[in-house]
Amino acid sequence: MQYAQLAWLIPLFPLLAFATIILTPIKHNKMLSSGLAILMMVFSWGLSWAIFFVDQKFLLHEMEARHPYSPAIDWLPTGTTVFQMSLLIDGLALAMLFMVPFVVTMIFIYSTGYHNLGTPNVEPRYSRFFAYVSLFAAGMLTLAISGNMLLFFIAWEIMGLCSYLLIGFWFEKGDEFGRLSPRLSALKAFLTTRVGDVLFFAGLMLLYAQVGTLNIHEALTHENIEAMKEASFGIAGLFAVPVLPMIALLIFGGAVGKSAQFPLHVWLPDAMAGPTPVSAMIHAATMVAAGVFLVARMLPLFEPLHGGSDHLMVVALIGAFTAFYASTIAVAQNDVKGVLAYSTISQLGYMIAALGLGGLVAGVFHMLTHAFFKALLFMASGSVIHGMEHGVHHLHGHGEHDEHKVHAEHGVAAEPKQHAHADDHHGHIDPQNMWNMGGLQKHMPITFWTFMIGGAALAGFPFITAGFWSKDEILGEAFHLWQKGEMMGGLVPLIVFVLLTLTAFLTAFYTGRQLGLTFFGAERTEEAKHAHESPPAMTIPLIVLSIFAILAGFANIPEGITIPGIPGHYLGHMLENVHLAANEEAYHGLPFDWRLALISVAGVGFMALGIFAYRGRASEPLKALGPLWTAMERKWYMDEIYQFLVIRPAVAFSQFLYKVDGSWLIDPMVNNVGKLGRNWGQASAWVDRNLVDGTVNLVGIIANESSEGLKRLQTGRIQNYLVILLGGLLFLAGLFFR
Amino acid sequence: MNQLGFPLLSILIFLPLLGAVVTSLLPWKYASRLSLVFAVVNFVLSLLVVGYFQRTAEFQFVERVSWITAFDNPDTPIPDPGFLIEYFLGVDGISLWMIPLTTLLSAIAIWFSSDSIREREKEYYAFMLLLETGMLGVFMALDLFLFFVFWEAVLIPMYFLIGVWGGKNRIYATIKFVLYTMAGSAFMLAAIMALGIFSVNLGQSGTIGYALDRLQDITPQLPPQTQLLLFLAFAVAYAIKVPLFPFHTWLPDAHVQAPTAGSVILAGILLKMGTYGYLRFAVPLFPAVALELAPIFATLAIIGILYGAWVAYAQRDMKSLVAYSSVSHLGFVVLGIFSLNNQGLSGAILQMVNHGLSTGALFLLVGMIYERRHTRDLEEFGGLWTRMPVFAAFFLITMLASVGLPGLNGFIGEFLTLIGAFAANPWWAAFATFGVVLAAVYMLHLFGKIMFGPLDNPENRTLSDLTRKEIMILVPLVALMVLIGVAPNLLLDPMQPSVEALVEVIQTGAAARLIP
Repeated sequence: MQYAQLAWLIPLFPLLAFATIILTPIKHNKMLSSGLAILMMVFSWGLSWAIFFVDQKFLLHEMEARHPYSPAIDWLPTGTTVFQMSLLIDGLALAMLFMVPFVVTMIFIYSTGYHNLGTPNVEPRYSRFFAYVSLFAAGMLTLAISGNMLLFFIAWEIMGLCSYLLIGFWFEKGDEFGRLSPRLSALKAFLTTRVGDVLFFAGLMLLYAQVGTLNIHEALTHENIEAMKEASFGIAGLFAVPVLPMIALLIFGGAVGKSAQFPLHVWLPDAMAGPTPVSAMIHAATMVAAGVFLVARMLPLFEPLHGGSDHLMVVALIGAFTAFYASTIAVAQNDVKGVLAYSTISQLGYMIAALGLGGLVAGVFHMLTHAFFKALLFMASGSVIHGMEHGVHHLHGHGEHDEHKVHAEHGVAAEPKQHAHADDHHGHIDPQNMWNMGGLQKHMPITFWTFMIGGAALAGFPFITAGFWSKDEILGEAFHLWQKGEMMGGLVPLIVFVLLTLTAFLTAFYTGRQLGLTFFGAERTEEAKHAHESPPAMTIPLIVLSIFAILAGFANIPEGITIPGIPGHYLGHMLENVHLAANEEAYHGLPFDWRLALISVAGVGFMALGIFAYRGRASEPLKALGPLWTAMERKWYMDEIYQFLVIRPAVAFSQFLYKVDGSWLIDPMVNNVGKLGRNWGQASAWVDRNLVDGTVNLVGIIANESSEGLKRLQTGRIQNYLVILLGGLLFLAGLFFR
Repeated sequence: MNQLGFPLLSILIFLPLLGAVVTSLLPWKYASRLSLVFAVVNFVLSLLVVGYFQRTAEFQFVERVSWITAFDNPDTPIPDPGFLIEYFLGVDGISLWMIPLTTLLSAIAIWFSSDSIREREKEYYAFMLLLETGMLGVFMALDLFLFFVFWEAVLIPMYFLIGVWGGKNRIYATIKFVLYTMAGSAFMLAAIMALGIFSVNLGQSGTIGYALDRLQDITPQLPPQTQLLLFLAFAVAYAIKVPLFPFHTWLPDAHVQAPTAGSVILAGILLKMGTYGYLRFAVPLFPAVALELAPIFATLAIIGILYGAWVAYAQRDMKSLVAYSSVSHLGFVVLGIFSLNNQGLSGAILQMVNHGLSTGALFLLVGMIYERRHTRDLEEFGGLWTRMPVFAAFFLITMLASVGLPGLNGFIGEFLTLIGAFAANPWWAAFATFGVVLAAVYMLHLFGKIMFGPLDNPENRTLSDLTRKEIMILVPLVALMVLIGVAPNLLLDPMQPSVEALVEVIQTGAAARLIP
């Protein structure tokens, strides 16, 4: 072990970049900011690969010996227990360390070109962008190596925050071309994933209550899992819920949110509102991978081996359904990034389905290959949009980038024009709509070829693309379990198998459609004619990633195939013992099955069909499907359903409670008590004034009145007094001498 | 014990009082600076409490002298028990952090006011300092009579701060605030009186006395019914102060009408007097009743968490939104307290500090924007990030701390509270956890409305970013949010012995449950 002790530095490098850019005047120098961010990312990439290549043997050996490398420090003491911060570097973490920092570095380099560094069109908030993505990367890297679910959750939430900030990066934009505004997209992403986060958090609390630790390798032991299997969780002694499925499904809830599985997938397509490199980060390398990684980490809770448990089947079915459902939507999207967004959801469904069949290796394998080719596809689509924007810019003299600049830099001076500006959008075309493109292969050859490679990998082009190998392995898992008759007699794997096979065809088709619309045939608009290739800062990462989109597949060549110089089952060996302590058994790979490869071969046909059906075409041929097409185009009305079932009732309920609070019940009660007090006071005052005081006054009046009578006696004349005196004397004398 | 050998706590309490007197005697133009000097000196002195605090459960920096006394005169034929009211101050792990929080927020509030208060400055600052005296007294007093004196003393300056320097509807708000609190206090006063009388027969001294340590010995001997009534009397007073649902409606009114500094103090410290009351008196004096009634209080707390959050979302007035968010956040504190276990109590105490920092900062931020635009209507704003990036950055961090984002203080408090609640009853935690989602809903709504979107209101186009002074006001608060989020141990560790002692008191109480 040489480098693993330094693993804590891996997330620290980008975190440092974030802090430096935010807190120091470096932020005023755009070149320096991005340089620092990239340098730090390269450090963490280098260290990660050093650990991966140099320390791998040692780390895997430790893992096999059931004491994986997991250094820990105390963090949060509470009475008798202490929450720790710990790292865990096992095969799974290594796999992430191979992929994440590398892809992120590519995205960083690409971003310099995307944000037009060194040109007058440079993004005004350029430095801030690099600060955010650095924090994002720090979050993801922390997550990858965290050995403790608390730290894991912290990293998880920090990524949620970064996605909020980055999706809302162009916050001053309104909605345009029918896309949700960045403000609402960011809000939607954060809140939707937070619903999942809360479930995840609840699962963690339940796990902690059961096993008394959140350190992964201490929590996931065979004894603990057996104990949790027995335990149930009573509700007031009335009915008992079994603990293990509950914990597992709550944690899965987190993955459903973060990895955009049905029904919490709605945020992901709108996350496109952010700059394209962010889409590549969110959709490929980091955020969505985090959910899959979470399920992979916690897989023993689902009892993945030997036919699995009921809750494992839930995972499999949700994954498979999501894969199919999203691919039907992807077919009908016209936004070049929209297609990719739904294809991401669909591919995540593949991964989740694989894990749901107990196929840890297959699921993680697909996550890795997908990270490479989807990052590639997003950045290539960003390059396409960039090229198109150039065309727009060329023809109209101002593009979107101009607008940001006006907003941020000139603030006051440019304000009066702003509304006119927004309206101008109707004057020029949507640079993301594929129906405005066509023939771009002539203008953007590098982008075209790299896009082609990424698309082929996505479609699972047999044998030479990474996507083929990983997808094939997932289909193999389903096929195998179906044949063995496990999981409800093979029914669940059969459903998964059928859905995923259909998805594979649809995937190949929509990829072909996208390629056909974008790159083939003649240009549909003037703007497309004026599009031109992106700068090297953008194309070089594309080329590098496209190499990986091909080669990554050789990381896990199945049995039955030998390719000279490439070790078979490389990834499989890395991952097979990850959960040894919990499962008491290793994960096993499957031999290659030629029958399944035929699915991908058929896929090539669908891809070709897509390309040829759409090249040079002016309008959508599938509109013939009528309402079915509309439903697909409208995403099966999921947004409308949410609007109707969740958002509107929630807002109305909030207004209702406010009325209850302020106008109808609670405050009026208080005020009425107050009024009662006041009225009582007034009544008392009346009583006081009229009765109590009246009595007093009465006495006074009587005294007064009587004195009125008596005062006549006081005449001041001695004679009168003497007369009265005499009278009195006579009266007294009369009394005595009766 | 008093490790310092001089009456630090008394100095802390009465220095602001002296400041109030001096401020009101000298010409008005010095009022602002003079009071700030007193507040800052007091803050620095309060750091001594933190510096010299020892990690034990004992009361520290104790000052204890008899204050108002009357003893039996043997010459008279009728025996009279007499009474012994003590001047009894002390600090332990539960009150430790409330003291620097109080002095810090007071200094910040006074500093902020120098730009916003333009009339009757002398009186204003005198009242601010008086308020500080009262609050510090509340957190230090260990004799119930003395506590009650300070508790009521806090009302007077606040009454004037809202009533004189407040908004349009200030008279209504301030009277509501004072009357509501006093209605609750009346119950507490009755209970304190009753405890004093009970102490004659049950206690050792044979006199009427109100010191906490003596009363703690006698309360378990009282009949269950009496304990229940006394507990409820205390609990109502505190529930109104916290405020616990459904006693919360004075809060939005008071906050909306109060001047910014008043809101900061009100949310930052005054509300904690209620939760502190539970921790210091209601629960330790009647642990058995607290255990018995915990489900009721936890339920009210959870309703408060969810209800406060829902209602907050419906607000258009920023201050009112933050006020309702306080109802939600304080629900977490009460939930932690009535979890009655170590994690819950630690979380609650930490969350008291956290809420003071984040909500204090939120009110300051709202105040800063109000100073510029003289409106707090959310609909008036949008796209401010481009005009006021520094303001946006502070707002963002504060908002995130309030939402409970990991890495910032709010997360630790909520995490411990929820773990504690979970241990007490998983369902409490299950419901309360959804408060975390709702917090994100209203806070992000607030942030997005103000900061995101196009800058389309012409009046916002001339807004200036934060001044250096405003930044300096916010920096300590934000720095503490980050510090506590990263190293919560700094705060949690010193309070542990006291929390453990409290848990022990509760467990002893549990052994003697009232209703078997």
